[in-house]
Amino acid sequence: MHDIVLLNDIYKIYTMGEFKVTALKGVSLSIKKGEFVAIMGASGSGKSTLMNILGCLDSPTKGKYYLEGVEVSRFSKNELAEIRNKKLGFVFQNFNLLSRTTVVENIELPFIYSKKISKNDIDKIHHIMRILGLDGFQKHYPNQLSGGQQQRVAIARAIVNDPTLLLADEPTGNLDSATSKDVMSVLTNLNQNLGITIVLVTHETDIAGYTRRVVVLKDGKVLSDTPSSSSAIPVVRAP
Amino acid sequence: MTALFKIALRAIKRNKLRSSLTILGIVIGVGAVIVMVSIGQGAKAFVEKQLESLGTNVLIIIPISTTHAAARGTTGIITLTAEDAFAMVKECSAISYVSPGIRTTTQVVYGNMNWTTGVSGAGPDYQIIRNWTLHGGRFITQQDVNTMAKVCVLGQTVVTNLFGALDPIDRWVRVNNIPFKVVGVLSAKGQSPTGQDQDDMVLMPYTTVQRKIMGVTYISYVLASSTTAESRFEAIDQITSLLRQRHRLRPNEENDFTVISQVEFASTVMETSHTMTVLLGSIAFVSLFVGGIGIMNIMLVSTTERTREIGIRMAVGAKEKDILFQFLIEATVLSSIGGVVGIILGIFTSKLVSYYGGWPSLLSSPSVAVAFLFSNMVGIFFGYYPAKKASRLNPIDALRYE
Ligand SMILES: Nc1ncnc2c1ncn2[C@@H]1O[C@H](COP(=O)(O)OP(=O)(O)OP(=O)(O)O)[C@@H](O)[C@H]1O
Ligand SMILES: [Mg+2]
Repeated sequence: MHDIVLLNDIYKIYTMGEFKVTALKGVSLSIKKGEFVAIMGASGSGKSTLMNILGCLDSPTKGKYYLEGVEVSRFSKNELAEIRNKKLGFVFQNFNLLSRTTVVENIELPFIYSKKISKNDIDKIHHIMRILGLDGFQKHYPNQLSGGQQQRVAIARAIVNDPTLLLADEPTGNLDSATSKDVMSVLTNLNQNLGITIVLVTHETDIAGYTRRVVVLKDGKVLSDTPSSSSAIPVVRAP
Repeated sequence: MTALFKIALRAIKRNKLRSSLTILGIVIGVGAVIVMVSIGQGAKAFVEKQLESLGTNVLIIIPISTTHAAARGTTGIITLTAEDAFAMVKECSAISYVSPGIRTTTQVVYGNMNWTTGVSGAGPDYQIIRNWTLHGGRFITQQDVNTMAKVCVLGQTVVTNLFGALDPIDRWVRVNNIPFKVVGVLSAKGQSPTGQDQDDMVLMPYTTVQRKIMGVTYISYVLASSTTAESRFEAIDQITSLLRQRHRLRPNEENDFTVISQVEFASTVMETSHTMTVLLGSIAFVSLFVGGIGIMNIMLVSTTERTREIGIRMAVGAKEKDILFQFLIEATVLSSIGGVVGIILGIFTSKLVSYYGGWPSLLSSPSVAVAFLFSNMVGIFFGYYPAKKASRLNPIDALRYE
């Protein structure tokens, strides 16, 4: 079986005028289907940079990124948009919902850019909303929801197109601990019951405790890659 | 595509005041285009109709000098006589018909009916010059003129108002208590291009009007026709030198008459309409341009404000062209709304202009369509740059925008 994600010696260099910041210095990583991975590390260690590359929001300066065996690191902007639409789901720290747009319309957003919305899709959105405990909030606007509810809407939007990979950059960073637990149990549920592969970034060890594998970055390099301490199941290591 | 339309419409509705201010320039521009086109076309139709109804070779000689004679208070009125008119046919090779004319407004009575209308004195050639056909009876003859016969020819409107369904031929009408025999009835001509009822008129021998009705010896104008439309310039020259000679004007004296040609009148109208077209055209151009810049400006503000939205859309898979279309549609919908409002405003204004300014206006659906298309093009042209700029954004940068 192919790895869903295979990163091979990834570099990301930001150029700001005369300055060059090397945010990633040769990251190699592989993630298998169904894994639940936490990425940790100090601020500025390159976690978001890595997530953006994994999420096809950005391209690496050097190195190869294979998503389901396809090299996406040399894809054009348009091809990347297509990949984001079909294979990836992204959850942000600040939710990033469209503000004057209803919950349902936010969730169906990925469909707008891929197809005509069918009866099937509408049923599916309902189903997902029920799973995530959002039933009855269809016509609400994001600012009428709590932070945890907003983040669940964002998760619904991220999984509505059955992504190969769900990426979450500090999904609980703006939430209190009770709501964080709530969101983490949603993600755990998606991973365990629906088999969705999840990579999330966090600063908190107890959040990382929900996952099965912890990758620690330091100065743009992988410092360690170990099974999560609280996880009972051993994790297959990158080659 | 429909989804993109919905997004665009929602964005416009969200900022109603800003949107309406944005389209103001387009509204004025398109309105000006509509007024310009309708006035231009109206003038053209007016002139064509005028020429058609008056004939291209008709000349009118009136006894008022263009400038000084009138200012000096010269009693120009009496200087033009029937003899002048006859001299014209005799002496001027380019003139084929003349009819001395005099006109007054008075009440015409038949039985217990009465009708106030214009009574025109004319000669027998009047019918040919003005191209009237008879509905019944006969026209005024030279004999009538010579004998100051108390006869008249009626226009259809007069017939309707005095006689109803009766045949007026050989019946007697009274003007100033003098009985006149109706010898002929004209066929209906309808409205003149200026909106006057051409059939609301009574014709009599000009001598009869002079002596029996008005008690004067002068005539107020001469209608003449040149042999051909082209020979009218020659005719004007010939008439001018003939009348100067007959009126014994010294070389340093101004003409005590004016020769008006229908063609020159028409070209004056066309020239005026052309001037107005140029004026309105420049207003239209400037406002459409300013309106376009306004749209570009608002779209730039709007795309900047909505950078994060653009980022979110890109993150879930919107391609460059999706973002481009979203904002292009928004700009085009904005300018189209401006176009529609402008068209309504333009139609209203041109109606107002023709009603109060007496200027003819005519609006065809192709010109409305062109104006609408124009507003669309302004939207696409000026909306393209902001939309393109938005579509080129990097998803990461857009998402990070505060
Ligand atoms: N767009 C950019 N332009 C220039 N430098 C950048 C850019 N994005 C990130 N960097 C730099 O790259 C390095 C890694 O940043 P990154 O955002 O990946 O860190 P992080 O691990 O996510 O940190 P945090 O925990 O604070 O979110 C930092 O030094 C940062 O300043
Ligand atoms: Mg980060």
